[in-house]
Amino acid sequence: MSVATGAVDRHRARRPVQAVRDSLVVAQRNLIRMKRIPEVVVFAVIQPVMFVILFSYVFGGAIPVPGEKGAGGPLVYRNYLMAGIFAQTVTFATAGAGAGIADDMHKGLIDRFRSLPMARGAVLTGRTIADLVQTALTVMVLAVVAVLVGWRIHDGVPRMFAAFGLLLFLGYAFSWVGALIGLTVRTPEAATSGGLIWLFPLTFVSNAFVPTSGMPPFLRAVADWNPFSATVQACRQLYGNPQGIVSHAWPMRHPVWASLMWSVVIILVFRGLAVRKYRTATA
Amino acid sequence: MPGAIHAEGLVKTFGDVRALDGVDLDVAEGTVLGLLGPNGAGKTTAVRVLTTLLRPDAGRAVVAGLDVVRQPDEVRRSIGLSGQFAAVDEYLTGRENLRMVGRLYQLRGRQAKARAGELLERFHLADAADRPARTYSGGMRRRLDLAAALVVSPPVMFMDEPTTGLDPRNRQQMWEVIEELVAAGTTLLLTTQYLEEADRLAHDICVIDHGRVIARGSSDELKARTGGERVEVVVHDRAMTGTAAEVMTGFMAGGASGGGATVEQHTRRITVPVSGGAKLLAEVIRELDARGIEIDDIGLRRPTLDDVFLWLTGHAAQDAGAAEDAGAARDAGPAAEERDGR
Ligand SMILES: Nc1ncnc2c1ncn2[C@@H]1O[C@H](COP(=O)(O)OP(=O)(O)OP(=O)(O)O)[C@@H](O)[C@H]1O
Ligand SMILES: [Mg+2]
Repeated sequence: MSVATGAVDRHRARRPVQAVRDSLVVAQRNLIRMKRIPEVVVFAVIQPVMFVILFSYVFGGAIPVPGEKGAGGPLVYRNYLMAGIFAQTVTFATAGAGAGIADDMHKGLIDRFRSLPMARGAVLTGRTIADLVQTALTVMVLAVVAVLVGWRIHDGVPRMFAAFGLLLFLGYAFSWVGALIGLTVRTPEAATSGGLIWLFPLTFVSNAFVPTSGMPPFLRAVADWNPFSATVQACRQLYGNPQGIVSHAWPMRHPVWASLMWSVVIILVFRGLAVRKYRTATA
Repeated sequence: MPGAIHAEGLVKTFGDVRALDGVDLDVAEGTVLGLLGPNGAGKTTAVRVLTTLLRPDAGRAVVAGLDVVRQPDEVRRSIGLSGQFAAVDEYLTGRENLRMVGRLYQLRGRQAKARAGELLERFHLADAADRPARTYSGGMRRRLDLAAALVVSPPVMFMDEPTTGLDPRNRQQMWEVIEELVAAGTTLLLTTQYLEEADRLAHDICVIDHGRVIARGSSDELKARTGGERVEVVVHDRAMTGTAAEVMTGFMAGGASGGGATVEQHTRRITVPVSGGAKLLAEVIRELDARGIEIDDIGLRRPTLDDVFLWLTGHAAQDAGAAEDAGAARDAGPAAEERDGR
């Protein structure tokens, strides 16, 4: 057998290059898995599509968007709603990342990775990159469905792409939260439910589905400063969609900056915690 | 010079369980250490500590000259691991699994690909190479996992029960692969439940129980400590086992360490430690015949590692409960020595 003794040293790449390379190797692995388990991707798409349809047709006529012309019209609400659904969809990447990493721990794969001379964060970064690809796919399908039910953009394609960029960035940030949850709970089942439950208060106490102007003052303050609301508001602006009566809170006045800042903060905090946890994780 | 693997006083506790309770290990470069012990003895925990997957609570371990706690990244560059449970991605094909591991060992894409091909041939997985590992049988997965541990041939390898679940042919082939690796200079720490495997592969053997080393030495040394030859007789009539045992006790070697005659009622088997070899065997047969005891089988047996294992771990279990046995055990067994030494 021709053995490659010493190969490890000879090809030891410089650190940052190695980190990127290792992350891509792991991302590729996770993308292959997604291709082999298409059900996961299909369900990830069906769920938000269902939300679009339910909210559009069930709540559509009942929720007025104050401050808009023809506030009661279902089309106004649909256009108001869509940014909220997009944002909610990208945050669901959390559950995927968490379940995937917990599954790897469970199956002992994390042990294999941890015994290899690979970059520290690469297993997690690779996973979050793969989830980002899946989220982008989901959002694309969702956008088509949204157009079919009457959603339109009014401020041009570049601003639309900027909005999708913000959404995906938020989704990426949230997948780091998922990674930390996955490493903490250790079983895929717990990671899925643990990754989802806290998303409900987060996405509902926000401007995603109903205007915050109708909320009690305390909830409204929470909603205005919710990272999630900032992205939703930024998207509404960038799409040129109805916004309702916008609060005076800083994040609502500067939603693009607020959204970017929140995403960066979430990544910094949760990536740091997750990578630390990964290094000491034991299945 | 310290060996390729050197550990001192390793302690690891999980709650109330002291999985490692002061383990010292030393594996010289280019040799194989067989780590034996009953289920739950702490073998896997020891491997996980030495491969940087677990931090020890106390003690120190150096692998390939690198401290596992202070230089884990450097250690990982010098080791290969095949864990107790196959760690392969079920949704990736065998080839994809090996290529991924190759890339993560920092091989170039083309090298990783070539290496994967070689290993698939080598481990008889070429036919299944492009099927997801999920469709592999248990033994195939095990082989894929071993192949993954051998993608680069690092100077120090750890294999936790590498041949569990392999059929005899594949086990034999795995042994050959391991022997080649060692011949090429690899240092190996191997845990196993197959004592025949330890006998064949390991230069040194270390038996642990309850997280402590209870014996160490070469396979021959351990066998010698267990006692010399024994005569084993299977009597035809179960009612005669008592008489036969009495007769055979008369032939027992003075000061033999294996205790008195052991009688297994259900198999009608009586075993006594002896010294005197084949000549003695003839005498035993004559004496039994004179007493009218009909025998089905008789033989002279050298101790196997199985005997060593059962004897050592049996003693350890008894000692925990019975203090009065300690005196006898001290004369007889290294189990007691090790414990008293601390
Ligand atoms: N992660 C863990 N959490 C709690 N206890 C553990 C953990 N890992 C091991 N143990 C305990 O530590 C002890 C030693 O376990 P270990 O897996 O090292 O045994 P082993 O010698 O490999 O056994 P086997 O032959 O069954 O593989 C056992 O009592 C086990 O229950
Ligand atoms: Mg074990």
